[in-house]
Parts: sequence; structure tokens; C-alpha cells
Amino acid sequence: MNRRDILKNIGLGTAGVIVSGEAIGQVKPKAATVKEIPEAQDGRLRDEIIHNNKLKAAKFFTVAEMSVITILADIIIPADKTSGSASQAGVPAFIEFIVKDMPQHQTPMRGGLMWLNNESKKMFSKKFVALTSAERLKIVDLVAYPNKAKKEHSQGVSFFNLMRNLTATGFYTSEMGVKDLGYLGNTPNKWDGVPQDVLDQYNLSYKEWEKHAAK
Amino acid sequence: MKDFQIKEQANVFDVVIVGSGAGGGMAAYQLTKAGAKVCMLEAGGYFDPADPKYINQLKGPWESPRRGASTVRAFGDFDAAWGGWEIEGEPYTRKKGTEFDWFRSRMLGGRTNHWGRISLRFGPKDFKRKSVDGLGDDWPISYDDMAPYYDEVDKLIGVFGTKEGLSNDPDSIFLPAPKPRLHELMLMEANKKTGVLTIPSRMSMLTKPLNGRGECFYCGQCSRGCMAYADFSSSSVLVIPAMKTGNLTLINNAMAREVLTDETGKATGVSYVNKYTLEETTVKGKIVILAASACESSRLLLNSKSSINPNGLANASGVVGKYLHDSTGASRSAFIPHLTNRKRYNEDGVGGMHVYSPWWLDNSKLDFPRGYHIEYGGGQRMPGYGFGFGMENVNGKYPDRSGNVKEAGGYGASLKDDYRFFYGTDIGMAGRGEAIAREDNYCEIDPNVVDKWGIPVLRFNYKWSDHEVKQAKHMQDTFEEIIHALGGIANGTKPGADTNYGLAAPGRIIHEVGTVRMGNDPGKSALNKNCQAHDVKNLFVVDGGPFVSQADKNPTWTILALSLRASEFIMKEVKAKSL
Repeated sequence: MNRRDILKNIGLGTAGVIVSGEAIGQVKPKAATVKEIPEAQDGRLRDEIIHNNKLKAAKFFTVAEMSVITILADIIIPADKTSGSASQAGVPAFIEFIVKDMPQHQTPMRGGLMWLNNESKKMFSKKFVALTSAERLKIVDLVAYPNKAKKEHSQGVSFFNLMRNLTATGFYTSEMGVKDLGYLGNTPNKWDGVPQDVLDQYNLSYKEWEKHAAK
Repeated sequence: MKDFQIKEQANVFDVVIVGSGAGGGMAAYQLTKAGAKVCMLEAGGYFDPADPKYINQLKGPWESPRRGASTVRAFGDFDAAWGGWEIEGEPYTRKKGTEFDWFRSRMLGGRTNHWGRISLRFGPKDFKRKSVDGLGDDWPISYDDMAPYYDEVDKLIGVFGTKEGLSNDPDSIFLPAPKPRLHELMLMEANKKTGVLTIPSRMSMLTKPLNGRGECFYCGQCSRGCMAYADFSSSSVLVIPAMKTGNLTLINNAMAREVLTDETGKATGVSYVNKYTLEETTVKGKIVILAASACESSRLLLNSKSSINPNGLANASGVVGKYLHDSTGASRSAFIPHLTNRKRYNEDGVGGMHVYSPWWLDNSKLDFPRGYHIEYGGGQRMPGYGFGFGMENVNGKYPDRSGNVKEAGGYGASLKDDYRFFYGTDIGMAGRGEAIAREDNYCEIDPNVVDKWGIPVLRFNYKWSDHEVKQAKHMQDTFEEIIHALGGIANGTKPGADTNYGLAAPGRIIHEVGTVRMGNDPGKSALNKNCQAHDVKNLFVVDGGPFVSQADKNPTWTILALSLRASEFIMKEVKAKSL
């Protein structure tokens, strides 16, 4: 207790200026070499902004790997009459980011792409990117159906499951994908219950609930 | 109340409060309104859910590079909590063979920023459990003692719900309840068959404007913080208004180390570490109120050792840190086939369920004590990271839009359509129950470990007993009954004895309470019934610490009511010059 200098008491010391009725964000010493990053911006805190910038600046996949990822993503989610393809929705870039964010996906993805190229060379003596569309599908068909795939392709199946998951998540969380899905929320509104035609479709009503609300 | 005054002394506050969550926020609100000069220490940064730089509300999933995944924040990028179960440089330890995960939010408002807003009063039995089943202890107060304070909390903060007249789930002063969503109507129907009572939720979102705060606009994103202040968080509803009185001095990024005392044992203030300068600083107060969270407040007390308090402050009884208990939790989800190919409409609603099931059974016919409530999830929710995962486990089992059961997995246009077809077909159920407070579940100071501020850390020792495991088993059986009655198909396999029936590790439900318990016997409790330390007259604890037992209800509404009650007691004592 007595070693604590009275001058260090708040109001007199360096920790912050006391103004009654105000918040004191304690003074953070500035690091001269670092570009000024705000305390918070767009809902992210300084440390998160720095962390995200670091992830975005790093590169994981090679150009060759990214082209296979792009081909596979568009095989999994092609353009149709409702919306564009996975690559048009930015899925490859999402996958590049997410493996840096979640390093547990790195080896399964990189190794899976290698597996695919090995299989491709075995079957067609060419790398996957050099195959025709029909040839590519022949390989994809070996691994796209977990229940009927051959045992010797089980690692390929695991890779393709991961690729399918990341592609679908990347697509349906993109602006294009959310629109495609028909999610209509995330906007100010007044909730007044399930639309009548939907209630009718399921043979439900608010009669029971109204008994609660009336009490 | 306006004449609440302690003679002003230079640099001595009337009250120092540690922590800005539900308990600290309520005390600051009440005491500053009454004219006291209050200093609040908060270990994290400033937060105002209406300040654009902090806002995540109404962002689309693509606005997060990880699509809202939980890599950085425990509940995902858009969640309001700054903190989590693990915080860099702020470790805690566990005794061998025991578990406890400790969630901390380092920010103004603490965990009230991201909480579920489930706002339940404890019932008459919840204060007198020992008298009911012989386990644990009775509270030194009753529901009747608390009812007027619950009323005040309802009126000040706002809670929606419906009057049900249930014996142990007392009604609040309710705002109108929102109508159930489609799956919630289905649950109400299904539970007529199972007998699981299912009623409108009781949650603190404003379905009508209240006390100058805006009305809910039904984005379903309360956990991100509300720019309209239309839900309860301590930051927006209590601390920011307290600051507007001009009587509150808020010091952010102040990591409290210990409560200081004089030679008579009276509290004189709090010492803290300025997290940026790493300087140790003291703030003096005539009254000290701890509201740092049940475990953080007991850590502070246990670290406040002196020659007259060798076991830590307010701990002559030795109970500080003991009787730690969190809610039990187990969950299950299911696929509802008749919800495929749903018509699209906005059913975000409030940020959480519109119906729930309070405990509905009689324990005398069951093999475990105490009860649980069930929370329900589902609907056409905003997609985020993880959306569509595991389609290969779904699209080979159930017919698609054209009525064919396909080979599982696949790719291409047909797969793309499956994500649309199966969207919004899952429902989730989570049980949240009451654990028994036991002396041998505790936190204590680890003799070997300090955090990066040099403050000795907590070591936890917590094990579930058979009571809680049996309760989780009952939850799982109930979930399957409900799923069956819904015509649904349960996802995954039913959690069995090998996983304690899916019982979550203690601390995971983030309802931990009991470590600075109140009681009439100073030998068996740290606080009296007014949240005042038996040993230190001018020291109070107003977070989850004072709880004697936790009930099958979320603790926040009771923390708020207890803190309000303690604040009123403090004002009365100051007026009577007894403090």
C-alpha cells in the first residue's frame, strides 16, 4: 500500500484524465512504426483488424492450386437460372482466406488437390487442369458419392466432402448466394407472425397462442 | 433518494464499482441517480452499441471474411462479446481430472452485450430449495422479498411475455409477446402430445418503446448489440444513462488487482493495473462494490490478503470461491421433413426464441433433483459459416424437390438446388437446468500462475455429480419425444452415458454463480442478505457471486434485482449514517 505513490492516483497521474460523467479510454502509447489503426472500425477491434489484414496479406495456395479449386467449385455449384457460379460469387477467394483462418483445413485441402492430380495422371496421364470437362467429371464421380465410392478412393471422398462444404458455405454466404437462397431477413421490419397462406398450408393458427396473449 | 450524499473528499469517491455488467451497471445506475459520486472500473474497452464503429448489426455474412465463423470471437465475428473462454494473457487453470471453462467479456457491459436476453424471475421454491428437497441451502431471502425489485427491473428495463400464473415461474410486468414463428407453432402443437408445457418466451427486447429507448425492429440480432437500445444490455440501458447524470467516472481498461483495506479492515478502495501503461493505480472509495462476475469477484477477494485477512477479504468463513455452479446444458437437433421447400418470408423475429418450455414436471416422480427449461431454435435464419455442411448426410436420405431420393453427396445444379430445398428445415433444442451448489466445486488462487498483469489467477475444481448427469439423460429422452411428436428425424446419434448424455462442461452455459454466497450465518456465508460482506461493512458483491442456488432459470434478471435491492440498502444505510 505505502509503496503506491499518491500521484499515481487517478486524477493526478498519467493513467487518464478524470472528468466526471465521461468515459476514460486510457491512453495507449503510440507505436511510431505502425500505421495508425483505429481502436474499432466497422464492428472490428484494432487487434482483429490487424489479424485480418495479416491473413489477407498472406498467400497459401499456389496459382496452380487456385485454378483447380476454381474448377472444382464451379463443378459443385455451377451457374443456373437463379444465380451465378461459385467462382462468380467469389468462392475461391473465400476458400483461400478460410484455410489461413482455420489452419486445420490446410493439409486436407493441399493434400486433396495432390491426390486429385495423382489420380488424374494415373487415369489420363495429365494434370487435372489439362483434362477435358468430361474427363474431369470422370474423376469427380469417383469421389463425389460417399456411399458408393470405392474403398481405395476414401481419401478422395473426404477431400471432396470438405471441398463441397466449403464451396456451399462460401456460395450461400455470399451476397449472390443469400439472394439465391431467398433469405429475406436482416432488415428492419415489424414481425406480425407467419403469413396466413403459410399457416393454412400447415394447418396451423394463432388461436392457441392468442389464449396466452390475452391473459 | 436525492439526499444521498457523503461528504466530498478530494479524490475519494462515494462508491467504487468493479465491473460494468448487469450487477455493476444496475448499482451505478441507482447510485448515480441518487447523487453519489461513483467510479466504475471496467477491465475492457468502452462500448456503445449505437456507435457506428462498434456496430455489427444488419451486416450480411459476406461482410466478414470468415463469414461470421467463430475463429476469432467465441460466438462468431458479428457477436458483441469481446472475450471468450480463452483470453490471451489471462489464463486460468484446472485441478487434475476436473473441468471448468470460464467465459469473460472484456468490454463495457460485460456479458450482457451478447447474452440471450432470457429474463426469468426465480420462483418461490427457487429461494428455498433445501426446504423442498434437502439439498444445498435456502437463501436468506424469499421470493416475496425479491418481488418488488423484480417489478422495478421489469419497469426500468422491459421484458415481454404472457401472464401464465405458474406457481414457480412468476409472471413479470410484461410487454406484449411476439407471435411464434412457424416451427414454434409446430412445437406448441407437438407438445400438446408430449405434455411438455410450451409458452411464450420471456425476454428483454422492447416490443414497445420504453423509457426513451426504441422499439425492437425484429432483425434477430440482439447478440450483436442493438443500435436502437431495444434490448437489454448494461452498456446501453444502465451505464450510459448513469454517465449522463454527471456522477459516474468510468475507467476502461482497468484490470482490478485487489480491494484495499485500512488497519480496521474497512475497504478503502481498489488497486488496478492500467492495461496500457501497465502502471498500478489506486482509486479510493467509501464503499466498494464488486460486480466483476462471480468468479472474478471471488478472485479479487481471495487476492486481497492482509495480516488481518490472511484468507482473503470477506472470507473469515472460508466460503469465497466455493459452491461454484453453472447451469446444466444438453442439446439435440432434428430435421423436419414437412418443412422442406418452404415459402420464403422474413421470420428473423427477436434475437432468440418466441416460445420456451419452463420446467413442467414433479421431481418426486423422477430420479434427479431440480429441473430444466427448454430453449428452441430454428427457422429461416441468416446463413453463416457452416451453412450447407454435411449435405452428403441429408440429400441421400430424403427425397429432393422432384421426389427422388438421390445418391448422397454429388455436385452440380441438382446439389445446388438441395441447399434451397432443405433450407430452414432444422430445429434445435437445448435444456438448461439447475445444478446443485456443492462446497467441493470451487475456484481458488493458483499458487503458481499469474496473468500478464501479474495478478494470481484462478484454479478451478469442478465435477458434475450424478444429479446433473441424470438430468441430462432426461433432457435427451425428452428431446426425442418432442422430435417424434413433431414428425421430425433426430440428427446424429443420441448422446449416451459415454458422453454424460451430452452434458456440457461446467462453464459452457455461462451461468456460473454462487462463489460469494449470501446467508444468515457468517460462518457459512460471505455476505448477508443485502449482499453486504459479513466481515467488511462497506463492501458489497452484486454479481452472480451472492447466489445460494441458481434455479432452472437464467440468472441475469435475479442479478439485476439483487443489485437493485443492495443499492437501495446502501442508500438507506448511508442516510442513516450506518455506513
